[in-house]
Amino acid sequence: MAPSTSSAITLSINGEKYPLTVDHRTSLLDALRERLDVTGTKKGCDQGQCGACTVLIDGRRSVSCLQLAVAAEGREITTIEGMADGDQLHPVQQAFLDLDGYQCGYCTPGQICSAVAVIEEHAAGWPSAATDDVRPEAGPPPLTADEIRERMSGNLCRCGAYVSIVEAVARAAATRTGSSTQADPGARTGTGTRTSTGTGAEVAA
Amino acid sequence: MKEFGYQRVHDVPGAVALLGADPDARFLGGGTNLVDLMKTGVERPARLVDVRELPLDDIESTPDGGLRIGATVTNSDLAAHPEVRRSYPALSQAVLAGASGQLRNMATVGGNLLQRTRCGYFADVTKPCNKRAPGSGCPAIEGEHHNHAILGAGDHCVAVHPSDMGVGLAAFDAVVHYETADGPGELPFSEFYLPVGDTPHLETALPAGALITGVSLPPAQVAAHSRYRKVRERASYAFAIGSVAAALDVSDGVVREVRLAFGAVASRPWRARRAEEVLTGAPADAETFAAAADAELAAARPLPHNAYKVDLMRNLVVAELTRLTEEVAR
Repeated sequence: MAPSTSSAITLSINGEKYPLTVDHRTSLLDALRERLDVTGTKKGCDQGQCGACTVLIDGRRSVSCLQLAVAAEGREITTIEGMADGDQLHPVQQAFLDLDGYQCGYCTPGQICSAVAVIEEHAAGWPSAATDDVRPEAGPPPLTADEIRERMSGNLCRCGAYVSIVEAVARAAATRTGSSTQADPGARTGTGTRTSTGTGAEVAA
Repeated sequence: MKEFGYQRVHDVPGAVALLGADPDARFLGGGTNLVDLMKTGVERPARLVDVRELPLDDIESTPDGGLRIGATVTNSDLAAHPEVRRSYPALSQAVLAGASGQLRNMATVGGNLLQRTRCGYFADVTKPCNKRAPGSGCPAIEGEHHNHAILGAGDHCVAVHPSDMGVGLAAFDAVVHYETADGPGELPFSEFYLPVGDTPHLETALPAGALITGVSLPPAQVAAHSRYRKVRERASYAFAIGSVAAALDVSDGVVREVRLAFGAVASRPWRARRAEEVLTGAPADAETFAAAADAELAAARPLPHNAYKVDLMRNLVVAELTRLTEEVAR
């Protein structure tokens, strides 16, 4: 017997539940944009190469174009729409605005989602390919411009706003309080604990 | 994309039973390669069995002092794990050198081992490709092959394995653990990937329907002093054109122990055993390092547009071993 090729699922996006029936071929990106009208997340290459579609899944940045919607059921999805706390922009959003971390703006939702997670990953002590000594005894690497460029390399900007993007990420990282972000590099499927406040508290509820 | 069924599993026996020996079913991990290949029509599964929630996401120290890494551990968790960074730093560096932060969060260890080549002809279903469509030919040999194999290839396929992680695993004698309906099994990394021969479509020695459950690393003191270096066409977020994982133990100016593996030069991560033989017990100097690289690369059969890789790999070996030697001396 041929298997069913669609499923009724519920997606959890920015703290809201969205029941829908999806053809299994539907990417999370297409489910967000075409089915649920959550259009802040942008489609660039649709091949996992540009980062425009970056969202947080269980607190970790991911490309939603290679994430099947059906496989995202039961996981907490945070998009650019879930970053601000009411009218209070996320510090990364504010830094991108203040420092012109964009030109046309198309890649910006993905850049911001990615940057929010980059700051948390760095705060958790994760090394990167720009880190000379990855041994834990070497301590966490300072978040230099080289570190930011490497960690943000999954997000392409065809306008070439990289100089300002690096500055914005550095400024937002410097103002990080450690309590008001949706990204959680410690989170894991099924076992992740969410400790976010602000919008994150609504997400956890 | 062809329509497909989808099932999520939560235990290993259930996963193995669901996949069965159905050649049209695939395990889905992070999906960063499989979903991409489904979009282009290279992969056309009738069913996906989602294994991402299997309880295989731990990294544990083993009684003998090694590590056991679960198959659904993400690349990010592997690279960030303190014991990996302490005892096998080249493995952490290799993983960090691959893909992007987003993809490393999604991708899993098991999936990394089973990812497919990024050869452009393999990815283009309108072109012949012996790996994708056995017997149809290999246009890369006469065509675009600047990033193709120089070692272990032949007349049927010159594609390279794209993994960085695998180069680290090859250097440290990893063992791949799997489960089938008949029970568990394991394969040493050196036997995990099959020689290309005239069957480039047969890539691994895994039995049909097997689920990779994890990878173990035996203890190796030399691994604590290791580095991974990757050369690519841009500074980040690109596949290697050549890479080296190297571990070195030097005392009194003599190489006591060495591990050396190459990436992006063959259909599989390439353990450079001939080079290791030349190095072991020899003076730790640039002359020996070059001779060791030459011994390994003597078997290279470059094509017109990838002969640069022979020099590239030779220089990489000398540079990385020199750097490791200098670090020992400090």
